[in-house]
Amino acid sequence: MTTAVLNASSMLTEFAAAIATGEIEVVDLTHTLDPDFPVIILPPEFGQCARFRMEEISAYDHRGPGWKWYNFTCCEHTGTHFDAPIHWVSGRDLPNNAVDTIPPEHFVGPVCVIDCSEGSKTDDDFELTPDIILAWERQHGQIPEDSWVFMRTDWSKRSGAEYLNMRKDGQHSPGPTPEAMRLLVDDRNIRGFGTETVGTDAGQAMHYSPPMPAHYYLHGAGRYGLQCMRNLDLLPPTGAILFSAPLKIKQGTGSPLRVLALVPKEAANG
Amino acid sequence: MTTPVVPPPKKDPQKRTRVPTRPSHFRSRAALGLAAAAAEGRFMLQRCSECGTLQYPPRDACASCLSADLPWMDVSPKGKLIAGTVVRTSTNVYFRERTPWRVGTVQLEEGPSIICHVHGDVQTGEDVVLINRLDKSGQAVFLAIPQGRTANMEDDPQMRELTCDPKFRRVLITDARAPNALALAKAFAQAQASIIFIGESESWRSYPAHEELRAVPKVEILPLDVTDTGSVLELCGEIGGKTDILVNNARYVRPGGIMNRGDVIFAKDEMEVNFFGLMRLAQIFGPAMRGRGADGQNSATAWVNVLSVYAWSNMPDYGSFSASNAAALSLSQCLRAELSAGGVRVMNVFSGPTEDEWHQPLPPPKVAPEAIARSVISGLKDGLEEVFVGDVAKDLIERWRAGPKILEREMIENAGQDA
Amino acid sequence: MTGKAGKRRRQGYEGIVAVAPASVPYQRYSIETAHWWIARALRASLQQAGIAPRDVDGFSVASFTLFPDTAVGLTQHLGLTPRWLDHIPMGGASGVAALRRAARAVQAGDADVVACVSGDTNHVDSFRRMLSSFSRFAQDASYPYGSGGPNACFALLTDYYMREFGATREDFGRICVAQRANALRNPHAVMKTPLTMQQYIEARPISDPIHLFDCVMPVAGAEAFLVMREEDARAAGLPAAHILSTIERHNAFPDDPIQIRGGWEMDIDELYAMAGTEVKDIDLLQTYDDYPVIVMMQIEDLGFCGKGEGPAFVRAHDLTIDGDLPHNTSGGQLSAGQAGAAGGFIGLVEAIRQVTGQAGPTQVSKARQALVSGFGMINYDRGVCSSAAIIAGEGPA
Repeated sequence: MTTAVLNASSMLTEFAAAIATGEIEVVDLTHTLDPDFPVIILPPEFGQCARFRMEEISAYDHRGPGWKWYNFTCCEHTGTHFDAPIHWVSGRDLPNNAVDTIPPEHFVGPVCVIDCSEGSKTDDDFELTPDIILAWERQHGQIPEDSWVFMRTDWSKRSGAEYLNMRKDGQHSPGPTPEAMRLLVDDRNIRGFGTETVGTDAGQAMHYSPPMPAHYYLHGAGRYGLQCMRNLDLLPPTGAILFSAPLKIKQGTGSPLRVLALVPKEAANG
Repeated sequence: MTTPVVPPPKKDPQKRTRVPTRPSHFRSRAALGLAAAAAEGRFMLQRCSECGTLQYPPRDACASCLSADLPWMDVSPKGKLIAGTVVRTSTNVYFRERTPWRVGTVQLEEGPSIICHVHGDVQTGEDVVLINRLDKSGQAVFLAIPQGRTANMEDDPQMRELTCDPKFRRVLITDARAPNALALAKAFAQAQASIIFIGESESWRSYPAHEELRAVPKVEILPLDVTDTGSVLELCGEIGGKTDILVNNARYVRPGGIMNRGDVIFAKDEMEVNFFGLMRLAQIFGPAMRGRGADGQNSATAWVNVLSVYAWSNMPDYGSFSASNAAALSLSQCLRAELSAGGVRVMNVFSGPTEDEWHQPLPPPKVAPEAIARSVISGLKDGLEEVFVGDVAKDLIERWRAGPKILEREMIENAGQDA
Repeated sequence: MTGKAGKRRRQGYEGIVAVAPASVPYQRYSIETAHWWIARALRASLQQAGIAPRDVDGFSVASFTLFPDTAVGLTQHLGLTPRWLDHIPMGGASGVAALRRAARAVQAGDADVVACVSGDTNHVDSFRRMLSSFSRFAQDASYPYGSGGPNACFALLTDYYMREFGATREDFGRICVAQRANALRNPHAVMKTPLTMQQYIEARPISDPIHLFDCVMPVAGAEAFLVMREEDARAAGLPAAHILSTIERHNAFPDDPIQIRGGWEMDIDELYAMAGTEVKDIDLLQTYDDYPVIVMMQIEDLGFCGKGEGPAFVRAHDLTIDGDLPHNTSGGQLSAGQAGAAGGFIGLVEAIRQVTGQAGPTQVSKARQALVSGFGMINYDRGVCSSAAIIAGEGPA
């Protein structure tokens, strides 16, 4: 056995102990999969995101006397979910671009949280701009390469119609500008970008150039997206480690998943 | 005049809900022609194609010339009540629970004498009109009513047994988002329904009639998504015991047939709403309604499906939607069989293209939501099973009856011309 | 062709007689079967005649409750080996029908002794079951309307008759009250207490204007008689009833909007002509009395009075055993009960007893010529079958 292996082994043992004692907290960033949870709405002539549905197969009854189970159905992009590069046209030809081929080590990594909750409180169309990112970096240091960046808006505290916030001219919710995405993807070389809203992009992002810049730049560069998350207010600006492994769907473009963050106790926000 | 029905008192929780019983439902095959006519509210008798003799009771050979060709024809329902009785003891439990019950003999102007039920506003010796209606067994019976209108005549207890009048009944309309919902709600309010529950799916999405619906008197909007079993269960838990009329108005429609769609996703959505939606509602609300078929004046009385007339013959430009409606039509027949034990009527309201976004490029005539709503109400008041709304639907069913295969050919030839 | 009787002279029934009238005392409800009841009546009749079952070579049966059997099944069940067999589904018209068919069979030599039997059981629920499947037209077009059974259908006829001819409930009451008086002399009648006009009028309504005492009570029971050659009857020392004439008609006057007359009206002239007698020479009358309105129609259609004059007739005549027109002397079905198809035999069997002087406590003093009529099967809105016979005998010694 090499020293490195020994070290890693003891690190994991210490890690387990820290979880057990609560020194490292596990924060659940996932919404419950609920049939009535809003999904993204496209113009109705397009195919739509299937809502989460459950049909009971049996419940200790004549359909199965000793057991209870359900069939469930949903879209890959229902509820708290992961976007793979293959989800977007810009990432369609990249290698390892589907949930089943992404290297598994990409599902564990550090996360930076940019707090946009104040601005989002008053502006439904609040934009994450390069200025906000640079201001954050002035306070917390430059975003490390290959880390996740989450845009905290506290949007997850909304529910129902308020959450989707659909108006006659479409959905209104905060998101990044094209410039912000170029900064994060091209300059900071992030691994992925995550939000509390129904998508990684702003509600009105169809009107940016290019439209849907988060999707376009992230997936075009082989990076990942996470959306419909909650509890971002419990995360520190830096220092948390994210566990976000999607279901291993053959050539899948994404999947609902359980997103967990490991947070050092003293750093826990809120 | 008839004593008007009044809103029923609140139910005594210590009293057992009366188990539905039925009048005799045994009929010969020939007599089922009456049920087919009653399903559409028509007064038809067999008339000999050779000698013209009108026949009653229904039979297999002409009582005048022995011809076996006895087509059902619409005939004059006018006659005279020549004898009457009030049945006070009956061997049948249904009637035993409802005596005194008026029965009479009507001699039709066209000849035959018909034993019939008798409306309270008719006296023996008077001129009457016979109407052909379905009773609680689902079989056809005749009722003699006055030739003119009398006050509150729909409230006659014997007549009300043959109809599904919404007056003082509680209605569930399943889809607030459907273009018909507002018109239906207004029509039921006007028909004096006591509560109009409206199922609303995905309250996180807005829809045009949202505010107007809320303003309709007696309307109560509750969460319901017919594609979500849990949601149907939850609503039934809340109002299943007081749903007297259920209007299955949810509909999912997209243009397209088979090859101009690249996938089965819209088809599944169509089936999920149009077929499985009906099935979920029926599995969950059906038993409660069937059990309340005789629960006093505002008993459970009718199940209404708003369907496309292309359930009968596929319209290729909306081929997948047509197929989902054909499935729903077939399922509605199963539901009719299963609800019949409770005397709960299943009424299918068929229309051609409707005035909505999904039929926007189609030429007129198209059916307005108000027309569908009017037909639902009048169909319930007449206790019908099959209602065809608008010229397109009426034309199509006439062609279908003349020859389904010929109609299929016509539908193929017409495909692609309008859409 | 009019279908009316009388175009050709019919052959008479000379030399053919009815003997050995037997009635099995009726019961309100019975746990026994129709087979049991029929066997008892057959045995009682054969014992009177001193004939062994194996010597019966003709067998005629009328019954509603034999299902799944018919006369065929009964031959094996009862150990009979007849060479002539009949099953008559005419309900209240079946007695006279059985008599006239059997008479022709014996006359032609197809059989020597025909046992005519009818009987039905009455289980607690059998009346309801019978009503719901009585006939196709009833099932389709009358039973669904209140399921009042014959009560409701006859209520309609009665209502119409009362409006048309001014009959009152008292008029019908006279028939019922007189029959009850007769029944009190019949030890086997189901009704054993007197009935006053006031009780009749005040009885509870069943199906207006039919009240309780207008209705027959369904019971279990059986009736039988034998048809044979006169010489055979004489050899056996059996008192015999001669058959003077008979008529039978089905679905008469189909264009009448509601029934106010039966098929008798079509054939009544022939009935009297064939018998060589007149109304005034009839000593006693046995009508089919499922409801008093039908009795009144028979009194009219059989020529005792004109159409619509029935009410006046019953006001003017005494219908009891000792009256000027003894009628339904055993109490009839109204007071003795309706034993299914045996209701079509009760009048005939009583008439055979009367004209052969064997009626005992109900014996009419002058009983030489009896008119018996039958009426049966309210298939939809009216009774379809009608029949009548005039029989004659020595009467009481």
